[in-house]
Amino acid sequence: MATFKEFRNNVKPNWCPGCGDFSVQAAIQRAAANIGLEPEQLAVISGIGCSGRISGYINAYGLHGIHGRALPIAQGVKLANRELTVIASGGDGDGFAIGMGHTVHAIRRNLDITYIVMDNQIYGLTKGQTSPRSAEGFKTKSTPEGSIENTLSPLEIALSAGATFVAQSFSSDLKQLTSLIEAGLKHKGFSLINVFSPCVTFNKVNTYDWFKENIVNLDQFPDYDPSNRIAAMNKIMETNGMLTGLIYQDKERKPYEDLVVGFKPEALAKQDLTLSREDFDKLLAEFK
Amino acid sequence: MISQLSWKIGGQQGEGVESTDRIFSTALNRLGYYLYGYRHFSSRIKGGHTNNKIRISTKPIRAISDDLDILVAFDQESIDLNAKELRSGGVIVADAKFSPTVPEGIEARLFAVPITAIAEELGTSLMKNMVASGASWALLGLPLEVFNKAVEEEFGRKGPAVVEKNVEAVKRGAEFILEQAGGPLEEFRLEEADGKQKLFMIGNEALGLGAIAAGCRLMSAYPITPASEIMEYLIKKLPKFGGTVVQTEDEIAAATMAIGANYAGVRTMTASAGPGLSLMMEAIGLSGMTETPLVIIDTQRGGPSTGLPTKQEQSDINALIYGTHGEIPKVVIAPSTIEECFYDMIEAFNVAETYQVPVIVATDLQLSLGKQSCEPLDYEKIVIERGKLQTGELPPLEEHKMFKRYEFTEDGISPRVLPGAKYGIHHVTGVEHDQEGRPSESAANRKLMMEKRLGKLRSLRIRDAIKADAPSEAPDLLIVAMGSTGGTIDEARTRLAAEGITTNHVTVRQLHPFPSDLVEPYLKQAKKVVVLENNATAQLANLIKQNVGYHDKIESLLKYDGTPFLPHEIEKACKEMK
Repeated sequence: MATFKEFRNNVKPNWCPGCGDFSVQAAIQRAAANIGLEPEQLAVISGIGCSGRISGYINAYGLHGIHGRALPIAQGVKLANRELTVIASGGDGDGFAIGMGHTVHAIRRNLDITYIVMDNQIYGLTKGQTSPRSAEGFKTKSTPEGSIENTLSPLEIALSAGATFVAQSFSSDLKQLTSLIEAGLKHKGFSLINVFSPCVTFNKVNTYDWFKENIVNLDQFPDYDPSNRIAAMNKIMETNGMLTGLIYQDKERKPYEDLVVGFKPEALAKQDLTLSREDFDKLLAEFK
Repeated sequence: MISQLSWKIGGQQGEGVESTDRIFSTALNRLGYYLYGYRHFSSRIKGGHTNNKIRISTKPIRAISDDLDILVAFDQESIDLNAKELRSGGVIVADAKFSPTVPEGIEARLFAVPITAIAEELGTSLMKNMVASGASWALLGLPLEVFNKAVEEEFGRKGPAVVEKNVEAVKRGAEFILEQAGGPLEEFRLEEADGKQKLFMIGNEALGLGAIAAGCRLMSAYPITPASEIMEYLIKKLPKFGGTVVQTEDEIAAATMAIGANYAGVRTMTASAGPGLSLMMEAIGLSGMTETPLVIIDTQRGGPSTGLPTKQEQSDINALIYGTHGEIPKVVIAPSTIEECFYDMIEAFNVAETYQVPVIVATDLQLSLGKQSCEPLDYEKIVIERGKLQTGELPPLEEHKMFKRYEFTEDGISPRVLPGAKYGIHHVTGVEHDQEGRPSESAANRKLMMEKRLGKLRSLRIRDAIKADAPSEAPDLLIVAMGSTGGTIDEARTRLAAEGITTNHVTVRQLHPFPSDLVEPYLKQAKKVVVLENNATAQLANLIKQNVGYHDKIESLLKYDGTPFLPHEIEKACKEMK
């Protein structure tokens, strides 16, 4: 069985020292090893942005696609080979701005993939513009007078779109993050894990200390029931989205792959492509 | 006895024009006639004039006719809009309910049949299409049993009572008109067909069928006219072969999902029209850059923007070839017949996997939606080629080394492995990368990678990259075209030949990379070249000028009013240009 070290490659990330994304990388590597995966059984599909580089920093199959499109690519991979464990990942700009349409529809489609968003409330790679996750009033290069748009709540959106697994974590809490990624990977269906992953270079407001002060950790509430969707929504609203832990999980709903008529349990990519003469003749007969 | 005839039915959209046409043509197909259909429709569901035209022949035909023999009209608007097409002595079968009149200056025989009245008498006005088609069928003197069989198939699932009523409606329509006309019309008596049933389908169905034969098992797509029939056909068929169709949230998702699935090893395609193709451009670039196979169908329609969504045009050529930013290898194939729609899908998937490139199959609305007879399709010609896909066991990798997915090779094509393979791990990125797929900004590597990718297609020639019908060694005219216009051109050429004008005809099927070497000899020998296309800026002609030359010989015949060329238009223009 592979150890987390086997999920490392020797590529040095181009992230700034102190970037929250390092912990996300480590947590994915640990979670993959903990659930018993071999590197070749994992595919990490990422978008564009600092965090989008993550697929190149894990020893697994990795595809670094185009901005905002990690999710449709990841869903294609899963449909083609459902034996693979598929992680989609990227930043808050990737998933909640340019890719928001895909995020909502991937949630309602509910293929068995895990979506890890590294949420730093800013555009880092383009050197500091506002993101849909920026707070109102937040000053950036593109909002010099402060953002005048409402902050998007991905957790509320996920719940209302019918998400079957919603979690949030903080890159300082490697233990919780790893265990949530493990739970997401094991969940049969779409899992959204939003991770507060501070940008130490361009975001001087939402810092590690700021998160430590403002986060409510659900792990401290043993009575919290993540199977209750209304309670989950209330909790998100009560905390203004500043909570971590497993927020909601629906263990009943079957993943998309199980609902597709005629879809077999083995990977489609491994099935025979050839059309028999008999089937060919049957198809033609309908046009006579 | 005549060898061919044109029949048209017109009415308000949603009035049964489609179903009448379907039953009428199915019955004709059973008798072995060759058929070629044309749909005039609008982007709305109910209301608005719509008409379907069928050309019926004892010999193969691939063109709409200039004129019309029989017009079946549910309203006066259908007569007013279409009567001018009727040849002198043509016939109008119309509903007596609206007291039809023949427009001034038109010489046509009018049969006013109480279509609605008979239908209502039998229980519902819905059956008026059956009364009307029964009447027009009877005028042709064709066997009623064959027609009734087609009616039975159309309504069978609704139960025997419904079938019986519709058969009765057909009979009543037939009886009425035969009494009025004094029997079938001799001038419309068709020679007997060979009795061999042909395949009868639209291009979109042939494309879908071709995809299944090619081993395509997934399709991700977003509905759009005139491409939707492809996904509708495949969602009915793919589950039987373990696959499925995903209706995505947009065309960007459709193209990128297809890239993900192809990357993971399943032949996957998407299909759209101009607006969707515009949205897919970035994804096409990703496919080219990451050398991930991808097949996209573009059913061209009237552009730009929403344009004329239900009308004929061939104006995406530039967009398909040049649309992606940066420089990638890409193949654009344009089938020109219904049979080619089938075979080209197999070719498209083979080329996409062999060369690891995006392949666009570009039809046009008339080819995609015109229902027509199709020659028998050959099972033996279905061959699946997956190029350098490694399916066996791979040797272990050195520590911290990845599989050289982008290895420099003589032909520029690298071995490809699928996710899941042990010792096959590599990185894939749209960022410039090295042989293992790791991002690289090295100038030396960049140069080699660009040359590797762009060099892959240097010698690519698809099967029949061009088609030439060149009986003359020094023709007065060489006609060059693409897509659905070929049949109409050939019809015009027969007429031109009768007038002593010699012509050759070249159909360009591989639009990109342009097969200059194959086209050049035909340009050279011709006195003059007419490039005929359904767009306003002569995109195909410019492609030829750019790649082959002969600017001084080339003239354009362009039509961009949303309708396909008619034979007489080509005949007239060619005579003037000669």
